[in-house]
Amino acid sequence: MPDYTALQVVWFVLISILWLGYFVLEGFDFGVGMLIRAVGRDDAEKRAILHTIGPLWDGNEVWLIVAGGATFAAFPQWYATLFSGFYLALFLILVGLIVRNVSFEFWGKGESARWRRGWEWAMIVGSAVPALLWGVGWANIVHGVPIDGHMEYTGTLFDLLHPYALLGGVATLLMFLTHGAVFLSLRTEGDLGERARAIAGRVAPPAAAVGIAFLLWTVLAHRGGVDVASAVVAVISAVCLVAAAVLVRRSAGRAFVATALGIVTFFVALFVDLFPHTMVSSTSAAFDMTLNASSSSSYTLTVMTVVAALLVPVVLVYQAWTYWVFRQRVSAADFGEVRSPLDLLAARREDEGEGDELGPAGSRS
Amino acid sequence: MTALELARWQFGITTLYHFIFVPLTIGLALCVAIFQTKWHRTGEEHWLRATRFWGKLMLISFALGVATGIVQEFQFGMDWSNYSRFVGDIFGAPLAMEGLAAFFVESTFLGLWIFGWGRLSKKVHLLCCWAVALSTALSAYFILAANSWMQHPVGYRMADGKAELTNIAAVLFNNTALYAFAHTMLAAVLTAGMVLIGVSAWNLRQGRETSVFGGTMRIAVPMVALAAIATVIVGHFDGILMTKQQPMKMAAADATFNTEHGAGLSLFATGDFKSNPEGLNRNIEIPNLLSWITTGYPKGEIRGINDINAEYQKKYGPGNYTPIVAVAYWSWRGMLGCAFAMLGFAAWGWWLLRKGRLRDSKWFLRLAVPLSVLPFIASSCGWVFTEMGRQPWVVFGLLKTDVANSPSVSAAEIWITLVGFTLLYGVLAAIAGRVFLKAVKKGPVEAGKAEDPGQELALAY
Repeated sequence: MPDYTALQVVWFVLISILWLGYFVLEGFDFGVGMLIRAVGRDDAEKRAILHTIGPLWDGNEVWLIVAGGATFAAFPQWYATLFSGFYLALFLILVGLIVRNVSFEFWGKGESARWRRGWEWAMIVGSAVPALLWGVGWANIVHGVPIDGHMEYTGTLFDLLHPYALLGGVATLLMFLTHGAVFLSLRTEGDLGERARAIAGRVAPPAAAVGIAFLLWTVLAHRGGVDVASAVVAVISAVCLVAAAVLVRRSAGRAFVATALGIVTFFVALFVDLFPHTMVSSTSAAFDMTLNASSSSSYTLTVMTVVAALLVPVVLVYQAWTYWVFRQRVSAADFGEVRSPLDLLAARREDEGEGDELGPAGSRS
Repeated sequence: MTALELARWQFGITTLYHFIFVPLTIGLALCVAIFQTKWHRTGEEHWLRATRFWGKLMLISFALGVATGIVQEFQFGMDWSNYSRFVGDIFGAPLAMEGLAAFFVESTFLGLWIFGWGRLSKKVHLLCCWAVALSTALSAYFILAANSWMQHPVGYRMADGKAELTNIAAVLFNNTALYAFAHTMLAAVLTAGMVLIGVSAWNLRQGRETSVFGGTMRIAVPMVALAAIATVIVGHFDGILMTKQQPMKMAAADATFNTEHGAGLSLFATGDFKSNPEGLNRNIEIPNLLSWITTGYPKGEIRGINDINAEYQKKYGPGNYTPIVAVAYWSWRGMLGCAFAMLGFAAWGWWLLRKGRLRDSKWFLRLAVPLSVLPFIASSCGWVFTEMGRQPWVVFGLLKTDVANSPSVSAAEIWITLVGFTLLYGVLAAIAGRVFLKAVKKGPVEAGKAEDPGQELALAY
């Protein structure tokens, strides 16, 4: 007798898809957020960078909200144990996301250099903290955490910070960083695109190395021997991550497909590893939470299946349309301030070699 | 303080803060959609400027609402895991539907609206604005359906000590939810309307952009007057429904301790600040009015707190089933007081408008600015009343609040998040307020000037 019904499997898969969608979409805007100062040198460039994700990041984040809501609806016990157990880690993630969200909105609402620098750092930290902690969190879910017979987490924040989990965090951080850099090189022109490509070239190999190391550890450490299905997916992910590192200097488009597939398969490997559980107890295998023990009633799952079947395709269509509408590359030239003749003279002097060291023309404002 | 008390404070603070932005965003989205439609229909430039000016203010509110909304989605599990385990089978469904049906539309089409100026055809762009406005309203419906189940559980059975869904239609079309939705949507229109009036009045006093702000006033003043009347009327019927569904809450709102025939409406009363004082120390009331409002008869019966408490003790076992009477009593009066003040103010404004004297009425324009805080006080009071008036229950009749929090989360952990969120929210409030005022002072941009209106509109980007 398996510990699950068909409907429960459907919802486990659907929730996995929501998380995958979240990581592959928000993954690049985490990366872009972290790179705002590294790629953008002046305000016009930074504004151009923000415009690459401006119309998209909010829609990307909704994948997380829906993943949370769907987990609550389909597997309330999972939702309750996970969210109360990972309490402080989630708090840090929430603070990061809040700070990041408002930083996009507020960055351009003030002109002073201090104001903008402040929000840029908010963007960087607010993107990096969740990018790191989501990896730490999912590594822990797969690895197992102290859970008692009442499905209650019995550890502290520090029980989540062991080497395997931290490696997972660094892996997601680097993968999202690469994903974002490739996205930027795909969506921007000129100097911006060049700089993004150079950064992508530098971070893609370590991202692949750490990602593969983490996957290897995951496969080898699986309870009760290697899970073949998870191992196969992990190999595919490894191939994609390596491909991304190779392709990144040749074709931004192909590299983006590779990082996207690499991230998706990375998490698929984790979900396959986790199945048929929702939480693993490191206290005792008897306390592992199965799909069946975590799930809502079959009536609720049926209702939600109908709702999802009706709405998810529609969501995919209009989100895809947004990406189509905003497919054009952006360049800093689209966002430059109106220049006075004096500025133009200054810019020409710089072009004639008075020094890249002094910074580009746009930084004078 | 215990973990339970801290978790309650946390929920109260984060939720009330979130709800500053929710009605403002819902109402403003609707107004912006109306202004853009006017521009689309008439081609008059001042409607375009109004669209973009109010759109900018809406986006600030939107950003804060979205940012603080994630906390709402997570904290049921974080702080209230026993609650989540108990209600998940039912409560999670509307939450997930809210995300799938409303949040995806809202976020995607908001992005299209902000960045789509000049890129989308005018008609498609206008439709994006309406998609945002309607999806914000839809999201309100789902979350209110979820909340209404806590006020009045329907369509469920008990299984293994948990509530299990048996009828989704009953949950989604719960009469409590229908009233709450109407009441909340009208309050959202009222909120946006008061902000429109306040900001327009400030600009009119300075003689700035009179075509834009005069136009806004002509829409906003009647809108507030009508919305205020409608909110009060719907609220009245909601109250009658509540008398049936949660008689204790309404008895506490009126501070009626003993069952009376021909109960008076209390205007000012003092008692001891605890859940069940023996009686009132001082009470000024209008005779028979409460009976008349609630039952339709001046001598109608109003059940008192003590009698209801005795009944509940028989039904649910020993214990105290009374909310903190002073909180229920004053939050209810705070809400109604603000509502009537807004109604009076808007009626005065409408009269001035019809006489053509609004723009010269120094006092109306001067008062409009501070009075724009009234709808925020009213909705905060409304939520405090509806949530604290339900205590000791978190799900009425089924689950008590004192067993609903997370057993695995310690008081120290909640202290960290409580202080963290409060500080963060405080800082954000100060910054958002500054940015909001700055956008107001900057005023509507000249429509023709910016080469890329999207850039000017979003400003952030």
